[in-house]
Amino acid sequence: MRSIFWRIFLLAAFTLIAVVLFLPSTPASRHLPRLWADNIPKIVLGLDLQGGMHLVLNVDQEKAVENHVQRLSGSLEDEFKRKNVAYGTVSREGTTSIGVTFPDEKSKEAITRVVADEFGVFSTPSSVDGKLVFKLIDQEAERIRDWARSQALETIRNRIDKFGVAEPVIQKQGESEVVIQLPGLKDPERAIQLIGKTAVLEFRLVDESMEAQKALTTGAPPGSEILYQLTRDKQTGAVQKTPYLIKKGVLLSGDSLSDARVAIDSQYNEPYVSLTFDSNGARIFERVTSENVGKRLAIVLDGNVHSAPQIREAIAGGKAQITGGFAYEEATDLAIVLRAGALPAPVNIIQNVTVGPTLGGDSIKAGVRAAVLGALFVLVFMAVYYKVSGLAADFAILLNIVMLLGAMAWLNSTLTLPGIAGIILTIGMGVDSNVLIFERVKEELRSGRTPRSAISAGYDHAWYTVIDSHVTTLITAAVLFQFGSGPIKGFAVSLSLGILINLFTSLVGTKVFFDIQSEKFRLQKLSI
Amino acid sequence: MDIWGETKIDFLGKRWILFIVSGIFAIIGLIAIVAIPLGKANLSTDFEGGVAIQFRFEKPLEIDKVREILAGSGFKDANLQEFSEPNKLLVKLKRTEGDLAGASKALGDVIARGLPENPFTIDSTSEVGPAVGRKLQKDALWAILISLVGILIYVAWRFEFRFGVAAVIATFHDVLFVMGFMWILNKEFSLLIVTALLTLAGYSLTDTVVVFDRIRENLRKRTKEAVIPLINRSINEVLRRTIVTSLTTFLALVALFFFGGEVIHDFSLALLVGVLVGTYSSIFIASPILLFWKGNKARPVAEAKAP
Repeated sequence: MRSIFWRIFLLAAFTLIAVVLFLPSTPASRHLPRLWADNIPKIVLGLDLQGGMHLVLNVDQEKAVENHVQRLSGSLEDEFKRKNVAYGTVSREGTTSIGVTFPDEKSKEAITRVVADEFGVFSTPSSVDGKLVFKLIDQEAERIRDWARSQALETIRNRIDKFGVAEPVIQKQGESEVVIQLPGLKDPERAIQLIGKTAVLEFRLVDESMEAQKALTTGAPPGSEILYQLTRDKQTGAVQKTPYLIKKGVLLSGDSLSDARVAIDSQYNEPYVSLTFDSNGARIFERVTSENVGKRLAIVLDGNVHSAPQIREAIAGGKAQITGGFAYEEATDLAIVLRAGALPAPVNIIQNVTVGPTLGGDSIKAGVRAAVLGALFVLVFMAVYYKVSGLAADFAILLNIVMLLGAMAWLNSTLTLPGIAGIILTIGMGVDSNVLIFERVKEELRSGRTPRSAISAGYDHAWYTVIDSHVTTLITAAVLFQFGSGPIKGFAVSLSLGILINLFTSLVGTKVFFDIQSEKFRLQKLSI
Repeated sequence: MDIWGETKIDFLGKRWILFIVSGIFAIIGLIAIVAIPLGKANLSTDFEGGVAIQFRFEKPLEIDKVREILAGSGFKDANLQEFSEPNKLLVKLKRTEGDLAGASKALGDVIARGLPENPFTIDSTSEVGPAVGRKLQKDALWAILISLVGILIYVAWRFEFRFGVAAVIATFHDVLFVMGFMWILNKEFSLLIVTALLTLAGYSLTDTVVVFDRIRENLRKRTKEAVIPLINRSINEVLRRTIVTSLTTFLALVALFFFGGEVIHDFSLALLVGVLVGTYSSIFIASPILLFWKGNKARPVAEAKAP
């Protein structure tokens, strides 16, 4: 009798704990005391149920390496000048190499020494036809690839935080990918713009030595390139491209910004982005503007000219503005990406799955309806087929569901539509352990045993079968968990938790019921 | 309540006919597997790469008109799928390169311009790059293979090697059967269908294990009995359980199929068929296969004919 009491106590305790755990995840949570509702982990609704966006980005790591090598070639040149080393030209070759031409053997040696002493990231150079080729060592290239991905992740996180999405998930995947989940998003297109923009901001001089139109036919003079200004007609949406001849030298970049805010021009009532440079940037900006009064300074964003105003006077104080044709939202988003910083390399969206809130809501309704009806079908069937014992099995099913929900809340797991299907399947398949036991007990009864010995023989024999059959389902659930993405992981979680809890509710739960019947009431006949 | 009394059905008697029938189904499944990489199957955007947009219109729409509009705007290759609700439509574009986001936006614009009197909202969009699709295809195949190997190892460890092999063949048969079934109905192969296939593998195996368990028990208890009557006896003994469990699972799935909504409609269909064929295979495939291996040499296979 003691043991029956303790088992009932155990079942009741687990059920209570499960209820405490999952109630805060239900709509009832509003009526619960704050202390309870706020401190319990909750079941999270998957993107397929609450709507939202799932993005997979591929970070162009080779481009990051290339950019890095490009920058190194600039530093190399500066270093040669500083140390008065004679050299011809310095240029990037391919993704990972820098070629340096040299006038004579003496300077060849000097160049090699400077690179070896000051830049420890190149392998021993090869020399062909008066040119030294320095190749970035593999570990360094690998380090930059890793860095590019981590940096991209941080920058995107920063942008999303500033944009304001509740509970975003941003994580690494594979070698070069970043996964982003934005639940309950209102404007997916805007979010993609915000996340995908590389946002490299550069201040560069307009090359006034040649008309841009002429450069289009003759080619840009060395040291300059043709970039376009894209203007969109607000009525027709057509995009117009205006060419500019822009010098390659970057005077100041977005790295030197300390802040970027959206503001409204009081005169034209138009939004613009107000930039504040850090102290070093402010100094450079003042020098650049004072040296180039009368010339035009182009603001280049991701390789496109945004505007190219004329410098009227030296600008002190480290403030600048990006104006021109913004919608308020555009200006806000530009300010966000500039504040959060540029991506170290371009990113490509390789997967975008977006579910609207209406479909998500429909899925919740359909899922809940199917779950309730499915449970009802099974409960009624069991009660009709196994009578009183069937009711005990039904009770075990209900315990199973309650504990499953409790466990899911405790693990803070994500409930997806396939996850709901998993719960329904758990109900259908979960009664199997009780069916196995009941059928075995019946067999033992038929072979002439008393109820009491039939129960114990039935449980003993069915035990291994129940374990074996559960383990096989767990194997496939484990594979699904390993291989699946969001919604399918949710299915694997609810299925495997359901199966595990089912072991407990059927082997302990219904057993107590039989033991009470046979020991306490000493029944001569089982209702089964 | 017992629907029937003790049964004495000769399950193994017709095994050759059933092997042939099952073999045909398995071959259809194999054809489906071959058809998938050849592009002759209805693959979801997850696997194929491209764009899929699900529209919800305000009014019911004529699908032919939509088809016309799309064909007239350079979307000849668009694949349209209807739902049970007449105001919903899924449009898929197979794209292996280029700007997916742009294609998806253009598709929405074309339909908005073509049907100005029937505005829509977008229920879901999915843009998948070709590399992702290829990776998912590979992952799905690996998942199915790994779970089959896991099953083989577990059953071989708990029973004997031949039981493991028989269980894997039966499970594989079920997976093939359902694949073939979905392929013939031109249902879309998606990640969810693969999930259904793996779940069904687990379910079918459970069923097989229960039968095997009884065969093993009887092999120990009845050392004199010939193999065929012993297997027949074992199947008959667990038949009631097999049917009751299949029935409860079936009931739960029926609810899912009819009330679970469009997203998991095909998923539930695959599982419904899977439960039926899983039950069949544990009785008519897994158990007879055991006969191909001689277990205990002293034991005769069939009962000796009475003189």
